[in-house]
Amino acid sequence: MTPRQKRMVTVVAIVAGVGIATTFALQAFNQNLLYYYSPTQVHAGEAPASRSIRVGGLVENGSLARKPGSMEVTFVLTDYAQKVPVSYTGVLPDLFREGQGVIARGRMDGDRFVAEEVLAKHDENYMPPEVADSLKPHLDAANSTAGST
Amino acid sequence: MSWTWFHKLASPPHAYRILGSLAPWFGWASLALILLATWWGLVKAPADYQQGDGFRILYVHAPSAWMSMFTYVVMAVAAGVGLIWRIKLAHAAAAACAPIGASFTFLALATGSIWGKPMWGTWWVWDARLTSELLLLFLYLGYMALRASFDDPQRADRASAVLALVGVINVPIIHYSVNWWSTLHQPASVTKFDKPSIDLAMLIPLFLMIAGFQLYFGWAVSRRLRGEILRRERNANWLKEAA
Repeated sequence: MTPRQKRMVTVVAIVAGVGIATTFALQAFNQNLLYYYSPTQVHAGEAPASRSIRVGGLVENGSLARKPGSMEVTFVLTDYAQKVPVSYTGVLPDLFREGQGVIARGRMDGDRFVAEEVLAKHDENYMPPEVADSLKPHLDAANSTAGST
Repeated sequence: MSWTWFHKLASPPHAYRILGSLAPWFGWASLALILLATWWGLVKAPADYQQGDGFRILYVHAPSAWMSMFTYVVMAVAAGVGLIWRIKLAHAAAAACAPIGASFTFLALATGSIWGKPMWGTWWVWDARLTSELLLLFLYLGYMALRASFDDPQRADRASAVLALVGVINVPIIHYSVNWWSTLHQPASVTKFDKPSIDLAMLIPLFLMIAGFQLYFGWAVSRRLRGEILRRERNANWLKEAA
């Protein structure tokens, strides 16, 4: 093997070695890298009850209610399989709306999730309002069938 | 196969001349494209159905995020070529890339943060995408700091090249973080095998802007690499003759 080939092998070995090590490390820490739990995971008891967690899902259509005379809102988070009722007191982000993905940080209090912070999760879709309007009947139909199953 | 063209390209005087004649082309083309894309993105493109006009920061955020990863790959490949073939010019090219990449990374993080506050409700979260992009910034800064810590340019080249190669693992992690883990950051809209999830009227200026940023990179790296060659070859005969 010429010195150049040796160096080539060394470079490939560095990249491959670090790649494999990183893969194993990320596999081991996989759970900690999850930014939020889904309502299904919460119901299955996968989320720790003792400490503060994040729950992510869609705000169920028609579930948003404001308590008159206060900043308190309640809504239901769903992943179309399970639901988690949430209560939150504070300012909601711009993108918060029914049917939209949100992530709430807080802890379970009985059946209810009491959120200290609510973040809106934007999806990857970008379109002008006209296009969204023309798609809306299809989306609503898809949501209602998915929601009922 | 003859490698003369390759060795000719790797000779500092030749590269210095070629880069000098390429730079203005890159520069003017990039300026024209970025101006066109800015107008198209800010004026002509329609507002988003959810975010209104706020989505337009995407035209800076997405291209700089793309360039932050692209620049790192270029830097790592140049460092690898420099290590294997012992080409000083390749090491010089890797060194020229680092500050440009760091700037793109900073721009991506800053614009993302500005967008995140009103849209998400927070400036920053420690999710997989944001954290791995921040790590990229530290890799660039670490690379530059490592280079600066050696007096001997050859040792600086080799040590920093190893760091550049080790860090390249982070690039696929950044890209796939949104698919592998649940993150607050949304999944890819454009760089996927499916149809883009962004309307064509908004996608065209985005592509124009990315092309403009690529050409800007060509301009910046040509100029920086020329400077790097001058610094390294300051005692060489060809420079004395030229001056």
